[in-house]
Amino acid sequence: MSWTIHVPSDTTARALGSDRLVSGIQVLAREAGVELHVRRNGTRGLYWLEPLIEVDTPNGRYGFGPVNDSDLDSLFASEFWKGEVDHPLALGLVEELPYLKRQQRLTFARLGRIDPLSLDDYRAHAGFRGLEKALTLAPQAIVDAVKESGLRGRGGAAFPTGIKWQTVLGASADQKYIVCNADEGDSGTFADRLVMECDPYMLIEGMTIAGLAVGATQGYIYLRSEYPQAFRTLNSAIERACEAGLLGANILGSGSDFHLEVRLGAGAYICGEETALLESLEGKRGMVRAKPPLPALVGLFGRPTVVNNVLSLAAVPFILDQGAAAYAEYGMGRSRGTLPFQLAGNVKQGGLVELAFGPSLRELMFEFGGGTRNGRALRAVQVGGPLGAYLPESQWDTALDYEAFAKVGAVLGHGGVVMFDDTVDMGEQARFSMEFCVAESCGKCTPCRIGSTRGVEVIDRIRAGEQVEANLELLSDLCDTMLNGSLCAMGGMTPFPVQSAMKHFGEDFVKNASAAELEA
Amino acid sequence: MHKPGSAPWNASDAQHIIDQHKSRPGALLPILHAIQDHFGWIPDQSVAMIATDLGVTRAEVHGVISFYHHFRTKEPGRHVVEVCRAEACQAQGSRALEAHARASLGVDYHQTTADQTITLEPVYCLGNCSCGPSVRIGDEIHARVDAKRFDALVEELRTEPLTLASLAAPNLAVSEQEVPS
Ligand SMILES: Cc1cc2nc3c(=O)[nH]c(=O)nc-3n(C[C@H](O)[C@H](O)[C@H](O)COP(=O)(O)O)c2cc1C
Ligand code: SF4
Ligand code: FES
Repeated sequence: MSWTIHVPSDTTARALGSDRLVSGIQVLAREAGVELHVRRNGTRGLYWLEPLIEVDTPNGRYGFGPVNDSDLDSLFASEFWKGEVDHPLALGLVEELPYLKRQQRLTFARLGRIDPLSLDDYRAHAGFRGLEKALTLAPQAIVDAVKESGLRGRGGAAFPTGIKWQTVLGASADQKYIVCNADEGDSGTFADRLVMECDPYMLIEGMTIAGLAVGATQGYIYLRSEYPQAFRTLNSAIERACEAGLLGANILGSGSDFHLEVRLGAGAYICGEETALLESLEGKRGMVRAKPPLPALVGLFGRPTVVNNVLSLAAVPFILDQGAAAYAEYGMGRSRGTLPFQLAGNVKQGGLVELAFGPSLRELMFEFGGGTRNGRALRAVQVGGPLGAYLPESQWDTALDYEAFAKVGAVLGHGGVVMFDDTVDMGEQARFSMEFCVAESCGKCTPCRIGSTRGVEVIDRIRAGEQVEANLELLSDLCDTMLNGSLCAMGGMTPFPVQSAMKHFGEDFVKNASAAELEA
Repeated sequence: MHKPGSAPWNASDAQHIIDQHKSRPGALLPILHAIQDHFGWIPDQSVAMIATDLGVTRAEVHGVISFYHHFRTKEPGRHVVEVCRAEACQAQGSRALEAHARASLGVDYHQTTADQTITLEPVYCLGNCSCGPSVRIGDEIHARVDAKRFDALVEELRTEPLTLASLAAPNLAVSEQEVPS
């Protein structure tokens, strides 16, 4: 008799030792004389339980986690491969875990359930149905479906995806491009990485559908160089998809072509900005371009180009397969569908939480996240990456919705939620925001380039207790200048975390004021 | 055979790499990546060759190299250790880790230890933000790295025997992991 177990293989699971576990399991299985068939799934995205080992049982997959090397002996002693056995790490049926069960996993329906590179697994879990549907539709009908779904770009700016596609469809050119923005530079985010490492065919399928929709035959995935595993997985997936006739010339015998290539970035946050990204793809410095012209009309190599985030493109197969209405049914207001949130930082139960828009930030952080990892009081939360505001407790009841966040001066962005406990020094966080802008500015405009450098200096003075009041005023003016005078959101949004820190955590900026000013 | 990433300068290797990529659209970044993957850095001699073959000036190539944090124009140590500096790791104690890394290695960012073993680099997020602080060594990511774990990782790098076999081994490991199955 043989048993099948699943050991995750994504970057985080491996960073926590899942490869070592596989070797250990194989040795112990041989010694115990049991035939264990080890498969590598991606991850469920329940990171606080990783490495999470799953066992096939007639009732579903049974989980054990988090498993350390030192747990293997006792797991073997209790014959864990049989599933429902008594062991301190036994979690029960994985899909019954409330953390997972309470999510609305539309995009991430397959996450952790499949072998990322198995085409058979992908097909067995609704894979390529969206593409098959798209091949029966006229381009305009595909674009209409995406419009009707209400899908807005998941890369940060939340621009309606269908409208962008319509512009590219309407443009005439000898060549059009689909560019996937896989630069995922925001701290606290990893959902793009999960797509690419754990369900890469979904992205390939989404991009191919985009190509059919707008008449583009070439796609590029611009991937950050900080994701070496995603790079390998994507390349393998593209190779296999081409061999299977799902990509390349004459897709599935349809007469349509779509070629796809992965290109690596080189450690520049600004290359996540779509026009800087296009410059970089063209082999240049990642300098932001002035808009207009829109990339949709004058994009890569001057041709009409769709630039979409990984998650935007990954949502498309579901929309085509299940219908625009099935997607639009989820969400609130103008935020339709789901957003895969990512719980990070000092959080007890970190991981991927895909939810329909609508619940509050507090629910996300406590009912899913379980509060802080070290048990200290939660104090500040940065949502939406390094350019997103820090939210104090008074704002945690804000609904997870683009417009509700905008109303409190915050952004949802790419869905990253970074939690900080009460030991955080918000003056230090504000300084980092400015420092990051110094390091990552493309340098094209003065408010961003010089403003951020001055910002660091001024915050240093404030933190040292030098003329605190006057310098706070200066900092506030600097922020206004950056907000109003920057060409792109790098300089234009760096003030968000700084101003929110000053506004809601002002006490952290004046800590040294009295003492130092008394001395003077 | 030298392990990729540490090959000594060799013009014919460089030419071969350039030839492989130069006809691709937007070829410069793929070429720079391939050169650095092979030599561990971008030697100045290669810049002139790239400029000639792509029909651009050396200044333009230099301009691109200097724009991107990833590209290196100095030879690194045997291992590059990248410590995540971004917010989610900060919330999990990475500032203390950064301080420890610099103090214990006796170097600042972008510098190499005296024994040429380790080059320390900052990195802004490795996508391991639920389980930080995060560190990347070569193509491997490490989670929940505190000072103690950092020292253990460094110790492993320092004691790695310098045999031919050990030079090849890390690459084998990578290719084995290529296809999760
Ligand atoms: C500084 C900066 C960094 C950005 N980084 C990313 C990124 O890493 N990934 C991303 O998809 N979009 C990023 N964006 C947004 C892109 O410019 C663009 O809006 C997005 O790729 C469009 O795709 P979407 O409509 O599918 O979201 C960034 C924008 C700015 C200003
Ligand atoms: S705001 Fe900053 S990053 Fe954006 S274009 Fe200006 S200088 Fe470049
Ligand atoms: S912030 Fe360090 S891995 Fe993302």
